[in-house]
Amino acid sequence: MVSEAPQNNTPLLSMQNINKAFAGIPALSSASLEVAAGEVHALIGQNGAGKSTMIKILTGYVSRDSGEINFDGAAFEARSPHDAQAKGISTIYQEINLVPFRSITENICLGRESRRYGFLNWNAMHEEARGLMRRFNINIDVRKPLYEFNTATQQMVAIARAIGFKAKLFIMDEPTSSLDEREVNVLFDVIRQLKQSGISVIFVSHKLDELYQVCDRVTIMRDGRTVKVANIKSISKIELVASMLGRDVAQVAKSATAFGNRKGKIGETVLEAKSLSAGHMVQDVSFSVKSGEIVGFAGLLGAGRTETARLVFGADAMRSGTMSLDGQPLAPRHPIDAIAQGVGFSSEDRKLEGIIPDMSVAENLTLALMPQITKAGIVDEEKQRVIVEKFIARLGVKCSGPEQRIRELSGGNQQKVLLARWLAMNPKLVILDEPTRGIDVGAKAEIQSLIKELAEQGLGVLMISSELEEVIEGSDRVFVLREGRNVAEFAGKQISEAAVMAAMAHGNEDHATSGSAS
Amino acid sequence: MSDVAPSNLNTSPRFDTMRFLTKYSTLLALLALVLFNVIFTNHFISIQTLNVNLTQVATIVIVGVGMTLVIATGGIDLSVGSLMAISGAIAPLIFLGTAVHIGEIHVAVAVGMVLAILVAGAFGWFNGWLITRFHIQPIIATLVLFIAGRGIAQVSTNGNLQPFKLGEFQWIGLGRWFGVPVQVVIMIALVALTAWILKRSLFGRQILAIGGNERAARLAGVPVANVKRWVYCISGLCSGIAGLVVIAINSSSDANLVGLGMELDAIAAVAVGGTLLSGGRATVTGTLIGALIIQLVRYTLLANGVPDDVAKLVKAALIIIAVWLQRHGRT
Repeated sequence: MVSEAPQNNTPLLSMQNINKAFAGIPALSSASLEVAAGEVHALIGQNGAGKSTMIKILTGYVSRDSGEINFDGAAFEARSPHDAQAKGISTIYQEINLVPFRSITENICLGRESRRYGFLNWNAMHEEARGLMRRFNINIDVRKPLYEFNTATQQMVAIARAIGFKAKLFIMDEPTSSLDEREVNVLFDVIRQLKQSGISVIFVSHKLDELYQVCDRVTIMRDGRTVKVANIKSISKIELVASMLGRDVAQVAKSATAFGNRKGKIGETVLEAKSLSAGHMVQDVSFSVKSGEIVGFAGLLGAGRTETARLVFGADAMRSGTMSLDGQPLAPRHPIDAIAQGVGFSSEDRKLEGIIPDMSVAENLTLALMPQITKAGIVDEEKQRVIVEKFIARLGVKCSGPEQRIRELSGGNQQKVLLARWLAMNPKLVILDEPTRGIDVGAKAEIQSLIKELAEQGLGVLMISSELEEVIEGSDRVFVLREGRNVAEFAGKQISEAAVMAAMAHGNEDHATSGSAS
Repeated sequence: MSDVAPSNLNTSPRFDTMRFLTKYSTLLALLALVLFNVIFTNHFISIQTLNVNLTQVATIVIVGVGMTLVIATGGIDLSVGSLMAISGAIAPLIFLGTAVHIGEIHVAVAVGMVLAILVAGAFGWFNGWLITRFHIQPIIATLVLFIAGRGIAQVSTNGNLQPFKLGEFQWIGLGRWFGVPVQVVIMIALVALTAWILKRSLFGRQILAIGGNERAARLAGVPVANVKRWVYCISGLCSGIAGLVVIAINSSSDANLVGLGMELDAIAAVAVGGTLLSGGRATVTGTLIGALIIQLVRYTLLANGVPDDVAKLVKAALIIIAVWLQRHGRT
């Protein structure tokens, strides 16, 4: 559906039929985006939906394969982010890219310093910086170095800098991710001000509530396409989530995964986590996993699922909260502590945090186990060979042999080796973060049925997946996380797409029925 | 129908030659150098030539062994030369009786040597501590002792040269064991031991896992900080041994000169030897061969009347070729 045209007939920005492929794999297919003058426009979508590629094309980071871009009444082409800025499009990044040790003035005026008689005219520059900051009701000493100020102020400086460049369009990529509530309100005031002076904003965020606070319209992307454009006031949160995930709100799920019917008994509680918190991403999460149970974490990007799982494994430091494993307190400071207590963790990023690419299948498989098959510092290679061959056969890893380098294997087979890395430890609990991401369909089904089999044998499984059907069909219980809190829990027959999506969108189960009206 | 078979036949030998070349390139280069010298250099085939070359290369290899382990974790150790100076300064302070007086000379020498090596190892441990405790990049962390280490050595000797003539000590640099120079025996023993550790031991695998993917290694329960500290400690111990060899050969210890520029020689030997500078793949025998190549190139050029400065250019070219081969081998 395409919404009514914005007030102004010609939009400020119009991107049409944008195509882009990376190494033959399409990232964008006929994607489009239109932003009116003086409009705050939300751009949302799941991981890999193509929104960041869209923005990178607009700002000149990458070039498009085909498509048309018009900006401010003329064809637009940015060769680099710098070029885009000169032409009126400024980006405020998640990680603010300013110069921390220089003054606010210098940061605002860097690149377009005012000069007099060949020297920098500091008075004029300070005055300009002060004026720009005052627009946001911020009165600060602009001579002080940037690093002395908090993140929110730094962000204001970045915005002021962009205004100084006479930007007509701002791109804000998750601008609120490192701000607290009060700071978010200041930022929203600034956005409204920008809007009043006719400046447009593309607002990328995963926090749905925020969209309703500041945005006029929303463009939803999925799988490289623009799937929906709507006035924010006329679309409900549940519709937003459904469009992002590619679901019909009313649609009843058909079986699309290999989890199938589950046998086996669910036993005692293995992991009990209470009120975990850490950083900005995990505010207050409580959940439990029983033996023989698959527990799913559902939530949008940035809901804190991975961050929570990493706390259980000791990969990151916890601020507060308590955990117990099999009744024993669990307070791992490093992964090695959690491993010793019987926890395994398979990261969502296989390449970055899973495989050791140059090592063999055998060495990768036994990496965690190795201390146990070592006598007097020497690895028992016979024992290693037996274990490796057992798991290669059991999991059906396709490789030329245990000595093959793991980087030569396909994604699915690498994932099997990483699963085996933990199974060889005989753990009580495994955490699987996006276990089937980036794996072809066949291998995906194999891994799903493997997970099911493991649970049936009594293992506790905590599974994080951004694929809704995986969570819904695979889990015995589902915890929905939203903005760092567990907002809903579903078990057995309660688990449905509608219910889970409603919780992802609104934060509690009660809205599930009244979700469409808003 | 016969499409598949010939293409297989065509690709597999080519693949093999390339693989063979990248795998054994350093060894082949060494053999080529030896062959060249056999033909063109006078008096090349003699025990004396062999001993001269091996003696000169021994210290580089001893330090290179530790450096190989450090580089295998993805790090680097710039402090090795300065740690050699420290070890070289401490040992004579003890066996000459400047710092403490130990009557029995054999005991004094033993205490001096052991203490010197241990102190160098402790400083190596300090490097690892800086790197793991504060997450400082290895090149910066070890720069600290690269600069300060030589200063420590000079301060501890008041900047004095320490000359000596002491058979009880100098066997480590001048002695022979069945006709083989003692430092060459030490070198071979260290290379063999370390190669075995890298291949067979838990410690060796952990080193390679860290260099191959540190984040993955941590998540698989590898005690990253501990392993790294030990690796830098070993590098320090190796430097300590090398420092003693150098002062034994020189019959004196000059804190200004012992181990000067050694870090670069050792890194060059590791690089030419085929150890991946980004970590994760390491070969100690490669380092031995790499050091021999560099040494032999220098010897060849000098023996044929080419000045030392030009030899340095050739050394640089060798490093470039080695790195190029590594890149080629990866893809």
